[in-house]
Amino acid sequence: MPAYTLKVNGQARQVDAAADTPLLWILRDHLDLVGTKYGCGIGQCGACTVHLNGVPMRSCQLMVSTVVGGEITTIEGLDPAGRHPLQQAWCDHDVPQCGYCQAGQIMTAAAFLKSNPHPSDDEIYGAMAGNLCRCGTYARIHAAIKQAAGLPAPGGAK
Amino acid sequence: MKSPAHPAPSSGTQDALSRRDFIRVSSLAGGGFLLSLALPGEAWAQPAQALDDSTRAFTPSPFIKITPQNIITILAKNPETGQGVKTSLPMIVAEELDADFSSVVIEQAGLRGDVGAQFAGGSRSTPDNYLRLRRAGATARFMLIEAAAQMWKVPAASLITAHGQVINPANGDRLTYGQLASKAATLPLPDENSVKLKSEEDFKILGSRVGGIDNPKIVTGQPLFGIDQKLPGLVYAAYEKCPVFGGKVISANLDHIKALPGVLDAFVLEGTDNISGLVPGVAIVARSTWAAFAAKRQLQVVWDESAADGHATETYAAKAAELAQTGGATVRHDGDVDAAFATAAKVVEGAYAYPFLNHATLEPQGCTAWAKDGGIEFWTTSQTPGSGQDLVSRTFNIPKEKLKLNMVRAGGGFGRRLANDYMAEAAAIALRTNAAPVKLTWTREDDMRHDCFSRPGGFHFLKGAVDAQGRLSAWHNHFVTFGYKSSEKVASSADLSLDEFPARFLPNYRLDQSIIPTIVPTGPMRAPRSNALAFVMQSFIDELAHAGGRDPVEFRLELLGDDRVVPPGGPQRGPAYDATRMKNVVRLAAEKSGWGRKLPRGEGMGVAFHFSHSGYIAMVAEVAVAPDGTLKVRQFTAAVDVGPIINLSGAENQVQGSIVDGISAAWLQELTFERGRAVQGNFDTYPLLRSTETPAMAVHFLQSRNPPTGLGEPAYPVVPPALCNAIFAATGKRIRQLPLTRNDLRWA
Repeated sequence: MPAYTLKVNGQARQVDAAADTPLLWILRDHLDLVGTKYGCGIGQCGACTVHLNGVPMRSCQLMVSTVVGGEITTIEGLDPAGRHPLQQAWCDHDVPQCGYCQAGQIMTAAAFLKSNPHPSDDEIYGAMAGNLCRCGTYARIHAAIKQAAGLPAPGGAK
Repeated sequence: MKSPAHPAPSSGTQDALSRRDFIRVSSLAGGGFLLSLALPGEAWAQPAQALDDSTRAFTPSPFIKITPQNIITILAKNPETGQGVKTSLPMIVAEELDADFSSVVIEQAGLRGDVGAQFAGGSRSTPDNYLRLRRAGATARFMLIEAAAQMWKVPAASLITAHGQVINPANGDRLTYGQLASKAATLPLPDENSVKLKSEEDFKILGSRVGGIDNPKIVTGQPLFGIDQKLPGLVYAAYEKCPVFGGKVISANLDHIKALPGVLDAFVLEGTDNISGLVPGVAIVARSTWAAFAAKRQLQVVWDESAADGHATETYAAKAAELAQTGGATVRHDGDVDAAFATAAKVVEGAYAYPFLNHATLEPQGCTAWAKDGGIEFWTTSQTPGSGQDLVSRTFNIPKEKLKLNMVRAGGGFGRRLANDYMAEAAAIALRTNAAPVKLTWTREDDMRHDCFSRPGGFHFLKGAVDAQGRLSAWHNHFVTFGYKSSEKVASSADLSLDEFPARFLPNYRLDQSIIPTIVPTGPMRAPRSNALAFVMQSFIDELAHAGGRDPVEFRLELLGDDRVVPPGGPQRGPAYDATRMKNVVRLAAEKSGWGRKLPRGEGMGVAFHFSHSGYIAMVAEVAVAPDGTLKVRQFTAAVDVGPIINLSGAENQVQGSIVDGISAAWLQELTFERGRAVQGNFDTYPLLRSTETPAMAVHFLQSRNPPTGLGEPAYPVVPPALCNAIFAATGKRIRQLPLTRNDLRWA
């Protein structure tokens, strides 16, 4: 199998894998970075969201051979101390139920806030529409993003 | 005056041995001892720490361990699937122990024999464990006080506790539980009934908002879930089953598969006839999940699909329509519905239908298993680990004591993991990997097309009457349901209780039933039965309210009748129905939602209530429907009486999640069948609600003085009828078939 050198969370990592292996499974099975989750395998759910050069991407749709040379950031590398404002806000709002989708949610939100630090409610909804939460924690996700962005709490449920 | 904290006592052994009447001490290898305490119906037995005074921990029950280093560990006994019990159950222990919850360590239990039943189902974790866990905490606290009393030579009754310390208010002396642990470990266990529980007014932890104990790991992506397990030498597996439920393997291109890159082995599993056990299929073992998935795509299997004939969603609907004409078998008849219809002011008829549903847990089914030493160790997300152990034991003829189960956080359950088919598959594969541990992962498509516990669809042909006073006077339902390969026996979770509301609440009630055989396996999904029946009953009640020219809230309150508890209509028909509690939540939901506000055409409010899983829930939905039929769900107001709330944050999260889940199902979801196979395979054809469609939500808890009960399920069934009744109010369109996508909502 071909060898690839990937740049993951600032480190060079060597993997031997078939060229069509999705980055998702490289991260999970080859590099033991299991925070990135498998949900659908067809880019529908967003549980596998990582950053490629700062852009949120579905790692289930990225073949390993196409990401060589790119800066890959996973949930494990989002913040060196695990204290990104979104991670903090997620805990403050007790967002998770099962928690399985939340790494993907946070990665999408992190890239979004970087490009739009002061979003409107509708912009937040729009940015997060690609990430499914089976448990239905959307209201708390929304509130946590607003907190991380330093915006006032939304009305209705917290 | 404060005295310095006392050091841990240097000797307690003598004390312990002199109290053999109270503590049964037996030798264990390594010098440990067994503390046994009899509780009603079960034995608590826990190997304690070694008899080394310097390190002796205090373990008065399996639920609590306090070390001399003041590390307080509380056992989380049940499977965590997102319902929050890994946090809420230890909160109950910590409350009575009087420890700061933020400073305790929570340890997830594996399957063990000494903590009562370990399962996540029926919203039972809270009601089944509330008293047990309070007593465990209170017993430990009692003994810690006793230890301090003996050390200080003061009466125990003069001491108090706070923040994990015993305090003597007279002189300010205080000792941490850790400092008292070694001494407490030597004391006799008190009769648990003699231990005084806290007064609920004194609760500090219960009823507060506590964040999920695993949140820090979740938000940083640490290994946590079933699919995250990693072991030395781990191999990865995929499993292909027949698209037709239960179909057997005739042949497969195994040689081709085995030669593919990364593939270690491929073999046929003959399986059993148990559709929620080891189902026939082809296993692929590989060096990575992707290698297994990629090889699976190249599998060519010849299946025996002979069972498929005649099994399709359209065939089922046609059969139901046919049965509606011929009628069913009467299973309950109170009063005389026909006489009531003859004299009624209004008679309404409605044919209702709802689809099969998939659980769609975001983490697909899977399991890690390691066959070694004549047994198997599992890392399982099962909601019923004990049943999983039974299944594997029976299927492979391995004694249960050789099957060790680690319980791992599940990425959603919703009832899917009450079945243990994936455990049987992982076991079968693990027995063929030469002692290498194996992680089985289902693809999303496997998960959606092989749900052995699909929520059954159903059909209700209803006729109801309102009398001259505008009261509901008669109800006749012909329920057409499914039987698993049977027209005699109703399939799992496809039954309708003889006491299902509104039975018992009106004089003339008749229920007829017919059964369509299906090969689709069914089972419990979140609030089984209720999740479909509430839609039908609460929608048709709404039809009758409108037919009688009545306000839907008033009509419901009148139907619920006087403040009273309505007993079950017969044995094995479930719990009594507290009309008072239900009326209270209906009133609260109406009040908080601003019920009765005049809204323009195209906007509307709908109300619904339902009692299930011991919970009394009412909701009001508010929607706007554009003339072109575009639906906007604006607001849900929920009123919930499940007694006192354990964790306010978790409870609110469950209700909010139920609202989103209920909208998702009612609006978007159906699992359909063609030629005996499930059509939908992934979220492109079986959608989940997205963030953009989430309504504003207000959740109000009416914390009645009843025993606390669970909240994973009972809020969910109320959502679809509240939504559909709001759509009617907005548009005049009555929704009798789910999902909404099958309806034309245009009204201009």
